[in-house]
Amino acid sequence: MSTIDVPTPGMRSGIELVPTADGPQTAKEFTSDQEVRWCPGCGDYAVLKAVQGFLPDLGLRRENIVFVSGIGCSSRFPYYLDTFGMHSIHGRAPAIATGIATTRSDLSVWVVTGDGDALSIGGNHLIHALRRNINMTILLFNNRIYGLTKGQYSPTSEPGKVTKSTPMGSLDHPFNPVSLALGAEATFVARTIDSDRKHLTSVLSAAAAHRGTSLVEIYQNCPIFNDGAFDAIKDRDPSAASVIPLVDGEPIRFGPPDSSGGASYGLVRDRASGGVKVAEVAEVGEDAVLVHDSRAADPTTAFAISRLTDAGYLHRAPIGIFRQVERPTYDDLAREQIGTAREKAPGSTEDRLAALIAGGDTWTVV
Amino acid sequence: MHTQVTTKQVKQLDRVIIRFAGDSGDGMQLTGDRFTQESAAYGNDLSTLPNFPAEIRAPQGTLPGVSSFQVHFADHDILTPGDAPDVLVAMNPAALRANLGDLPAGATIIVDTHDFSARNLTKAGYTTSPLEDESLAAYAVHPLDLTGMTVEAVKEFGLSRKDAARAKNMFALGLLSWMYGRPTESTIAFLERRFAKVEDIRDANITAYKAGWNFGETTEAFVVRYEIKPAPMAPGTYRNITGNLALAYGLIASAVRSGLPLFLGSYPITPASDILHELSKHKAFGVTTFQAEDEIAGIGAALGAAFSGGLGVTTTSGPGIALKSETIGLAVMTELPLIVIDVQRGGPSTGLPTKTEQADLLQAMFGRNGESPVPIVAPQSPGDCFDAALEAARIAVTYRTPVMLLSDGMLANGSEPWRIPELDELPEIDPEFATPGEGEFMPYEREAATLARPWAIPGTAGLEHRIGGLEKADGNGNISYDPANHDFMVRTRQAKVDRIAESLPPLEVDDPSAKDGQGAKVLVLGWGSTYGPIGAGCRRVRNAGFNVAQVHLRHLNPFPKDLGEILKRYDKVLVPEMNLGQLGLLVRSKYLVDAVGYHQVNGMPLKAAALAHAIADLVAEAEGIEVPLGVWGETVVKEHVQ
Repeated sequence: MSTIDVPTPGMRSGIELVPTADGPQTAKEFTSDQEVRWCPGCGDYAVLKAVQGFLPDLGLRRENIVFVSGIGCSSRFPYYLDTFGMHSIHGRAPAIATGIATTRSDLSVWVVTGDGDALSIGGNHLIHALRRNINMTILLFNNRIYGLTKGQYSPTSEPGKVTKSTPMGSLDHPFNPVSLALGAEATFVARTIDSDRKHLTSVLSAAAAHRGTSLVEIYQNCPIFNDGAFDAIKDRDPSAASVIPLVDGEPIRFGPPDSSGGASYGLVRDRASGGVKVAEVAEVGEDAVLVHDSRAADPTTAFAISRLTDAGYLHRAPIGIFRQVERPTYDDLAREQIGTAREKAPGSTEDRLAALIAGGDTWTVV
Repeated sequence: MHTQVTTKQVKQLDRVIIRFAGDSGDGMQLTGDRFTQESAAYGNDLSTLPNFPAEIRAPQGTLPGVSSFQVHFADHDILTPGDAPDVLVAMNPAALRANLGDLPAGATIIVDTHDFSARNLTKAGYTTSPLEDESLAAYAVHPLDLTGMTVEAVKEFGLSRKDAARAKNMFALGLLSWMYGRPTESTIAFLERRFAKVEDIRDANITAYKAGWNFGETTEAFVVRYEIKPAPMAPGTYRNITGNLALAYGLIASAVRSGLPLFLGSYPITPASDILHELSKHKAFGVTTFQAEDEIAGIGAALGAAFSGGLGVTTTSGPGIALKSETIGLAVMTELPLIVIDVQRGGPSTGLPTKTEQADLLQAMFGRNGESPVPIVAPQSPGDCFDAALEAARIAVTYRTPVMLLSDGMLANGSEPWRIPELDELPEIDPEFATPGEGEFMPYEREAATLARPWAIPGTAGLEHRIGGLEKADGNGNISYDPANHDFMVRTRQAKVDRIAESLPPLEVDDPSAKDGQGAKVLVLGWGSTYGPIGAGCRRVRNAGFNVAQVHLRHLNPFPKDLGEILKRYDKVLVPEMNLGQLGLLVRSKYLVDAVGYHQVNGMPLKAAALAHAIADLVAEAEGIEVPLGVWGETVVKEHVQ
């Protein structure tokens, strides 16, 4: 088979073709009249508030925003936003959103999904959306448990988890959603926490601005079936050294201050494994500490950093934007092929249709 | 090239059935297709039946590797590819052995003797060469070294022996083209186009084709050539077309007529993939083809496109429908236009990927959870796939509903002459997108006539709304768990699909005897690709002097309003199907008629002769008379069918 060099369009913002609002908007305008029905204390409330607060800042026309979700607690999300929305079926939201984003360049497309929806039943659609780089933002609410079906372990649950369906402990090794996304050729991968509205909002802004598929993993507490799963991460005491902050251009340091006043731990190259490891800065020297570069073309370092997330109970995790690189989106390229084909096709649509169905070999009966 | 033949006798025939058979790699589909195009250009009516293995290249020279193409062409209107070939062209021992059972006594066999080596005979399961024993005594056999003559004819081009031998199919085509007086220009032009970039291969193929023709004219092996005059057809401009091509064109025409951008979400599957291939060539019509990661994503993306204001289409075969079922249910619940095309093949499971069957009707009707009504349309011939696609689009867009279109392998790959329609003959399809009105937008408020809800697409200010798979409240479409509302909505979704029957024309009952006030007592009811065999079976019964009526259904759900009344007019109803009685089950339960089934599930089309006998038995029972079919009950009928 031969290949054709598809032209690379100029790099653009994720929302640049979406019409903007006539004036300032408020969170209230983005709030639907439906009663929110999550359990008291659910992390979903915080994310909803953050999104309702963030959307007016995006400055887009409400009717040009579409939220698509699958099935699960978080997938009720679209009902609570006064935009266009579809609460679809289990795991399929990225596929449906692919059709929406490819058909219409003037829409800002968002997918809301959970760890079961995106990584279990819908795993296939997630990885293929990421590799195609469809222009959409995927909010993956990870509470490491099944909530709506009442408490079974999920594909991100720690091994050995005792649940209704695993009384002797779960046997499966979990997915690390960030590692998975990076392995699936994602162009934008970030992780944030439901309770940190400021960080959440900043990540949402970057994700919306990215043209392509943005995957945002949101650590989200389920107070009913997996309460406290992220408590270690939410501990603001730096001595806990649980959050590894990823900030572009900054050395990746965390933990309590050492004698020099800087954070005592840092990420350094691990020559033995080729990966990245945690070291005491006092021991290795400041120059050895990795400076975060989410725009690096090669995803190797981002992947290595993602591996510092605990697979078992979460004591430590990198938080922030792991990777954001530019690559043409499937939907832009698909529209461009149509545009090119149209330019080369002379005559009216009707005349071309008549010529098409007639074909070459005809005969006339009088 | 010579077209004047003076030395040979010319014999008139009204119709001929030829089967080209060879190894999968021998180019039999191409050979059959070219013979078909030549016959179409000549003006014969025709019908074709390609038959090939699911394996791309089964072991060479073996029975499973045999591929064949049957073409039936005539000087009159014909309906089927024919029950049994008059002529078999067999390119190796396996092709002979695999097809011999279908040949009636007296049939002509043209066989390439080149590969009749001990090894190839063993591979085909022969212990002795059938050319040397008496096993072919009942046939007119022409053993010819087609390969050897081809290699000799093309030696000037310096091809390898293997490449030279590959042109043998064109030699065979040339010989048959001579024998039946086919025009040669279109095949030479075709070969010039196809091999434009490889001169020696191009020249070798054209030379082999001409050599085959000239061999026929000069050899003493053939003393007769045949003439099959053009068939009278309704005025118009015609072309030859396969079902999958007609379906692709019908979808493009639907997009043009509705002004909607066509979005195909599809995953490759036999025998539907050609629709994906064809549509992918027509981006200039605004067509997007999305080759999805799986069947589910294919329909999911198509539904997303429909939500956004596109003409969403997904194409597949039975196994794919099984995977798409949940999304079809979502389309039923969200009431969005969606066209779901099932090119049926032998099942269950992977079944017979390259063979035909119509056993997905009940899957289309009921293969979803809950009360989930889906309209169903079915084309009856390859060319009719064009109209069926437009009808599916009309129903989907007008009634805001997924529509199932049931084609099958026989229609998909079979071909027939098709009168090319003028664009203004095609139906108008008006998407009637919702526009903002007074007050709160009600996404589940219905139009009185059709019960359709508004199609409110993103980008329309004031129409922001949320839909999904959870039950909707009547009117405002909010989530509702109210028992009375669910009962109402279930009944309303059913009523909306039932309402489609109001838009359907009355059924056409084909019963020539009704004109003289006599009228048949037996009705044959069918759907889909069985139209041709059923029609041919009915003609045989009528030619034998008996009465029978035929009705063929385009719409399987809802049924046309007059179907029940028509069924009750007849003493006996026969429902022939390539399944175990699926339409039969539906009409028996809906209309309480004692319909009799005729079932064949061997992966091949129904046969007219066998059907004629099944019909005759019922006529005998209904009228209390003997119904001798005479020659009209024989597999091969030499008389001219009127």
